[in-house]
Amino acid sequence: MTVTAPPEVDREESTGRVGDVVFAGISRGSAIVIMLALAGVAVFLLQQGLPALGNHGEAAYGKDNIWAFVWPLLFGTLLASVIAMLIAAPLAIGVALIISHYAPRPVAKVLGWLIDLLAAIPSVVYGLWGIQFLALNMVPVYKWFDAHAGWIPFFEGPVPNSGRTMFTAGLVLAVMALPIITAICREVFAQTPLMHQEAALALGATRWEMIRLAVFPYARSGMMSAVLLGLGRALGETMAVALVLAPTLIVSFNLITAERSSSTIAANIALNFGNASGSKIDTLIFSGLVLFVITFAVNFLGRSIAARGQRG
Amino acid sequence: MADLQTAQSLERQSMPLTGASLPRQAPLLAAVIAGGIAALIALLGGFGWVAAIFVAWLLLLVGLPLWSRAVEGGRRAVDRIVTLLVWSAFALAMIPLVSLVWTVLSKGVGILSSQFFNNSMRGVLGEGGGIYHAIMGTLIITALATVISVPIGVLTAVYLVEYGKTSRLAQVITFLVDVMTGIPSIVAGLFAYALFALFFGPGVRMGIGGAVALSVLMVPIVVRAAEEMLKLVPDELREASYALGVPKWRTITKVVLPTAIAGIVTGVTLAVARVAGETAPLLIIAGFTTSTNLDPFNDRMTTLPVFIFYSITEPGLHADAMADYAWGAALVLVAIVMFLNVVARVVGGLFAPKTGR
Amino acid sequence: MAKSIDVSDLNIYYGDFLAVEGVNMTIKARSVTAFIGPSGCGKSTFLRSLNRMHEAIPGARVEGKVMVDGQSLYEPSIDPVAVRRQIGMVFQRPNPFPTMSIYENVLAGKRLNAKRMSKSDADALVERSLRGANLWTEVKDRLNKPGMSLSGGQQQRLCIARAIAVEPQVLLMDEPCSALDPISTAAIEDLIAELKSDYTIVIVTHNMQQAARVSDDTGFFNLKATGEPGHLVEFNPTNKMFTNPDEESTEAYISGRFG
Repeated sequence: MTVTAPPEVDREESTGRVGDVVFAGISRGSAIVIMLALAGVAVFLLQQGLPALGNHGEAAYGKDNIWAFVWPLLFGTLLASVIAMLIAAPLAIGVALIISHYAPRPVAKVLGWLIDLLAAIPSVVYGLWGIQFLALNMVPVYKWFDAHAGWIPFFEGPVPNSGRTMFTAGLVLAVMALPIITAICREVFAQTPLMHQEAALALGATRWEMIRLAVFPYARSGMMSAVLLGLGRALGETMAVALVLAPTLIVSFNLITAERSSSTIAANIALNFGNASGSKIDTLIFSGLVLFVITFAVNFLGRSIAARGQRG
Repeated sequence: MADLQTAQSLERQSMPLTGASLPRQAPLLAAVIAGGIAALIALLGGFGWVAAIFVAWLLLLVGLPLWSRAVEGGRRAVDRIVTLLVWSAFALAMIPLVSLVWTVLSKGVGILSSQFFNNSMRGVLGEGGGIYHAIMGTLIITALATVISVPIGVLTAVYLVEYGKTSRLAQVITFLVDVMTGIPSIVAGLFAYALFALFFGPGVRMGIGGAVALSVLMVPIVVRAAEEMLKLVPDELREASYALGVPKWRTITKVVLPTAIAGIVTGVTLAVARVAGETAPLLIIAGFTTSTNLDPFNDRMTTLPVFIFYSITEPGLHADAMADYAWGAALVLVAIVMFLNVVARVVGGLFAPKTGR
Repeated sequence: MAKSIDVSDLNIYYGDFLAVEGVNMTIKARSVTAFIGPSGCGKSTFLRSLNRMHEAIPGARVEGKVMVDGQSLYEPSIDPVAVRRQIGMVFQRPNPFPTMSIYENVLAGKRLNAKRMSKSDADALVERSLRGANLWTEVKDRLNKPGMSLSGGQQQRLCIARAIAVEPQVLLMDEPCSALDPISTAAIEDLIAELKSDYTIVIVTHNMQQAARVSDDTGFFNLKATGEPGHLVEFNPTNKMFTNPDEESTEAYISGRFG
């Protein structure tokens, strides 16, 4: 429709020239705005966050120095995200395989569509479900672990009746990250060249042997980067954790208690920012800076693995 | 001579194509048996049904492959284990996702009423309030974020695809857009806060700040989507336009962008759906209030996600009533996001460029 | 005890679409049978139905009978995995596994079945298969290089080595030379002539000279009309096909008057 009606040609050439210059300038300007915005993010965070380096005592929420404040939160962030990935990654690969290789074509199409929709559900809704439904239903499971595996430090009680524990937070993050990892893995699996899959089948491979011979080697870097991008999402996720965990500042591997469980950076900011003032704000912003650096590193790694996989 | 050859080839050419195999219904049969045994154990041992299902699954996971191994051999047994594991993973993954959707629907639908949509929470304790203020807040802040992000995002994509190509600046921008997609949403909120605090002093809360924070999250999504779509526009189209003596900027605005518009609209709609559900940055910069505020440049402004968050974390005396509000708001929010997603898909499907894939 | 393939009344479908209709033929053991015909006439589809590779495409199905060694391939009791072990396949484009070395590529199929293979057995099998595919002298010093590092023609011979390493009875070749240059093509054709003493070979080709050079029997496939399913027009010894075919349309096609 657009080709058939070419715009009338400008009589004066200068109009075209001026228009070109202006339009090129505007679009380049937008690109530069993005650059400035990102520079702004970095500068403002540094400007507000770095003064917190000297914070201690009251300004660092009762800790001796800023690192003693950040470390437990960082630990909690990593712990929750790692739990989430340990649960979500295998399941997501399974679901992606179902969609790409196991389910009949029409079913697979609907499933893929469904997973995309689930990936769009806002995180606060996952958090709401986590605290009001999942946490309560996990209590008997935690109690069982406390009773039968309490000697393992992970599962030492007491189990809170609210079910608001580190493991619940990890579960909610896993449920959130699942559709994202699935979507990427599905894409990668679907792109596996048919000719290699047929080569495997023609050698007399079963379906699993075909996947092992032809799909996984091809998809390895894609799967890695999917998990890393999912991890990046889990690290930066605020609401789901903020709703489930209380803002505590301790380092603990315990997964099923309320008092002795760690919290995460993002959740801690969300829960404390409203009441914070003065140098406490700087402290919180500094922790946000730390979070930014970590997620950036993880995402960067994920993308570079994906890029390398595409070249190779 | 011929005999010898036949004999030799006979040895090599015995062709068992059948191989013993389990009947087609074997997995079903095994599942029923495993379920039966587990039910029996559960009855005798007094387990709950969750434990019974787990026991049944374990029995199936061990039993079916053993049976298969005895009849069909090791390779088929491994194949069956993997098939079982993959489907189990799928079932396990579906449980929380289905439960989530079901919980939101069943808990949220009860409170929906005209009062719920038309009232704010101003002065309301317990029942009788609504989420009008939060819906308006979400609409205003998301709309403002869209107004900021779309021109910047689309124009940047135009720069990357049409002007910058492989220039140094374009490479840097592409990298920065990558970085931006990974910014944790709470960090975007901190940025907006730091920016606005510079002008309005500490403790600043206003709707436009929320829009700025959401833009930081939205711009990279829009750039990515628009870039993909612009790259799909075939070069022949541009050349045809140049050949008619049309200047470049007119070619872009009258030929390239209209061709890619459906894809760009899809991308923008998905981006809107994504940021409409954001909570963390708004918590920080837009704040929370119980009354309706339609002025984004002045004072606090509540959105649906923030409303949900505070209804749960600071419910006050009427925790149960506030939880009902939260579920109702969650249902409305999910409905909005799903609606936007479906619209995006329909738009994308209807006007999909014929050149694509 | 001829290891022949008997096909009777075979209809091949993609979903509801009937791609090939009513094929009857007998493929003789230890001979080369070639299928020729214009593009899209279903000769590759038919070839893929001979080792149940056709099913790898979702929605694809088959009616009729394919008898190999007295067993009907499409009986419910037949295991498609076992079928493909016995009836190997070489594809149009060389497809060595990209992540594997030459050595691993040759062993890929064998490793699926043999739990543990001693190093010397494995070495012997690799050498035997590569010699069988006329590739040994070219690659014996770089067996640990990736399979993708070879030239196109070498890759295709590697794929043949990989296929014969599992010791199949029948080798199906789907236009094995269409992506290769003339010298590589000649190498593959020589190889086919040698393999024929051990294997039943079925080859699909677009190149009529190739069919004339390598095959003992030739089948000519054609579409009845545009939009109609493909069918087998004529099946005869290659000599007869190329000198005195029964059907007029065969002669027209072979002499280049259409298609």
